[in-house]
Amino acid sequence: MHFDLADRYHDTDSRLHRLDPRVKVVTTIGFILSTALLPDGSWAAFGLSWLLLLWANHLARLGLDFTFRRSFLALPFALAAVSAIFSPLGTPLAEWRVAWLTLIPTDYGLMRFVSILLRSWLSVQAAILLVATTRFPDLIHAFEHLRMPAILASIVAFLYRYLFVLADEALRLLRAREARSAAAPGWRSGRSVAWRAKITGHMAGQLFLRSYERSDRIYHAMLARGYRGQLRTLHPHTMRAGDWVFIGVFLLWIGLIHLIGQL
Amino acid sequence: MPIMHPFPLPISADLKGEILVVRNLHFTYPDGNVALRGVSLKLNAGEKVALVGPNGAGKSTLMLHLNGILQGQGEIWVGGVPLIHSNLPYIRATVGLVFQNPDDQLFSPTVFEDVAFGPLHMGLPEEEVYARVEEALQAVQMSAYRERLSHHLSVGEKKRIAIATVLSMWPSLLVLDEPSAGLDPRARRHLIHLLRELSITMLVSTHDLSMVRQVFPRTIVMDEGRIVADGPTETILSDEALLEAHGLERVDC
Amino acid sequence: MYTPAALHIPDGFLSLAISLVFWAISILMVGLAIARTKKALGEKQVPLMGVMAAFIFAAQMLNFPVAGGTSGHFIGGTLAAIVLGPWAGLLVMMAVIALQALLFQDGGLLVMGANIFNMGILTVIIGFGLYRGVVDRPRRVRLAVAGLAAWLAVVASALVTALQLWLSGTSRLAIVVPAMLGVHMVIGIGEALITAAALVFIEQTRPDLLTAKSVSEKGGRGWVVVGVILSLLAVSLSPLASTDPDGLERVAEDLGFLDRGLPAPYAIFPDYTIPFLGETPLSTIVAGLIGALVVLGFTMMVGQMLRK
Repeated sequence: MHFDLADRYHDTDSRLHRLDPRVKVVTTIGFILSTALLPDGSWAAFGLSWLLLLWANHLARLGLDFTFRRSFLALPFALAAVSAIFSPLGTPLAEWRVAWLTLIPTDYGLMRFVSILLRSWLSVQAAILLVATTRFPDLIHAFEHLRMPAILASIVAFLYRYLFVLADEALRLLRAREARSAAAPGWRSGRSVAWRAKITGHMAGQLFLRSYERSDRIYHAMLARGYRGQLRTLHPHTMRAGDWVFIGVFLLWIGLIHLIGQL
Repeated sequence: MPIMHPFPLPISADLKGEILVVRNLHFTYPDGNVALRGVSLKLNAGEKVALVGPNGAGKSTLMLHLNGILQGQGEIWVGGVPLIHSNLPYIRATVGLVFQNPDDQLFSPTVFEDVAFGPLHMGLPEEEVYARVEEALQAVQMSAYRERLSHHLSVGEKKRIAIATVLSMWPSLLVLDEPSAGLDPRARRHLIHLLRELSITMLVSTHDLSMVRQVFPRTIVMDEGRIVADGPTETILSDEALLEAHGLERVDC
Repeated sequence: MYTPAALHIPDGFLSLAISLVFWAISILMVGLAIARTKKALGEKQVPLMGVMAAFIFAAQMLNFPVAGGTSGHFIGGTLAAIVLGPWAGLLVMMAVIALQALLFQDGGLLVMGANIFNMGILTVIIGFGLYRGVVDRPRRVRLAVAGLAAWLAVVASALVTALQLWLSGTSRLAIVVPAMLGVHMVIGIGEALITAAALVFIEQTRPDLLTAKSVSEKGGRGWVVVGVILSLLAVSLSPLASTDPDGLERVAEDLGFLDRGLPAPYAIFPDYTIPFLGETPLSTIVAGLIGALVVLGFTMMVGQMLRK
């Protein structure tokens, strides 16, 4: 019983893995921003964006379909965009009656829906590639060196460290609840929903107190090693020629995408 | 991991004579629980001392006083310097305190960051920090773990890294709280070996009397906030009446 | 093991303008939160906030079966705000949302500002504001209000998510509001029950954390005012948006928030598009920034109110 998420980072050695994490953070955000700026229905530009992703996949040596296979995460949320199909703009394609609603899908609505899905799908792949090729601690450093406040970076670093410890504790509590919620023959197990929610609430309370007390002990451990309210970090990242080349190719490609997208 | 051959450690700063003096230390927790009732002890440079006693005897509370995290009434001197607020940076660099639960001690995402935390917060230059991390990891024979993520380590590995996190500060006195608790037999054997090899003054609280016999020539027994016995380990561990009276069991090995 | 909750908006679903506006609000509020918690907690700020964020993350894993294979989940904003105070609670929620987006792609990067607003800022203000108002009442009243606040926070968060999707031209108001509200009015019940039960447990074990004095010290009366206003807004806007979506769309159109004639990225702040830039991405960004500045000013006013 162990909460493990190591598979998000893929420990191989590749050109993309070796890039300065700051470069990867900036280009990922740049890519997502670029995708957001593409007009609806600019299919060629979406295609070019995808090619850029494929190139990055190739550089990462994780297989060309690596991000594609993991990109269905955002799919459930696509439900929220389904209603875009019934846009009041554009030419009606059909007329459906569902219960009290009359739904009229239009060609503009359909184009809008597909464009939203494509944007989301491209963005999520870029984010997946970022964490697959950058260790999370490096990612935090990158954000810090990109002028994110040091306090936020440290809080997220602590969160990352204790995520695993506390998730293990939560799993132990759940396991203990399961072990005790057996049903006697002829009796329904688990009683009412309110009762189950109450037990879960007590578990949350317990987890809170354990965490609260743990933060005290960690604070002591920090004091014992010379912490006086000022966090210091090393600055191990330096930009190399490869990083500048990557940025150059990236910018050219983004420029091309937008040239095509505005046509 | 096989047990490696011993090697000399340059880690300890050379303090001579009485490294730690505690005089008549009293402490009561805010909730009214009296934890220490007049503790006095002395440690000389080079000594390895075990601190034993039942749970709630005040061992951990005493240890938290030794680098000023808790502050009770009484006197504490470390390396000839009194423990007062203005001396805390020096004291905390001199006394390396390792907590019982390595998950509390290792609070950074990676092993490197954790071992570097102490030297970095002492204000050392970067190259020095790197050198000290390397050296401390070597001392606990974990050099290969530098870039590892802390949550991927086993309990035994975490305990060793926890010790490295204070060794990198070059302490003159190592204070460990229950280092062998929760270890499997092999990890425990490695730890005992490590504690024997480290040439540094240490005060170690433990319930593991067979480890005490193997590592520590001197033993202090605490109970109910007082020191009830202090002497050569052989004498104390063969005094059955004493052990019995303070909830300890005799071990023959 | 990790199950994403339904309120995390991924990238691509919100227009750039909306994303930037909510980033501006979130950056400002988080900046205030950093300053306030640093003053209140000092050296302990980083370890306490970090471990509490990990607690919220782990607590979100505690689900319980409701019926028919669905399970109740926990977001935790209200609980965090009550036990840690609103500023600390906000910082903790922000850290959780940032990590979920970065590490799990649960919620997008460009839209993270909106997610921080919906699940962090909103739940913290409503959760703490309502509880703070009854902090010296008997236990039964406090627990009932805590539960109500938790439920309302989830519902308000769902409502704002729906409105953001609508203003981005991603969803039709008539469909997205009832759908989001319907789902989250049920999810909110779980949130309410867990929050109240957790408070009972904490109050039994560590009464010192929940005394009227220790809760009041963490945030002044301004929180009650803002909390009540937002709650009333949510309560009055929800039925309006579900029963008369056309009316709301007309209002939005009249106010210049929505222009049905323009395709998506340009659907908000059409009046602010810069004439000589035309309808280019640059124009959208500039328009978004102007909108962001307006909202920034408003947020600063609210921030002033929330200072003690």
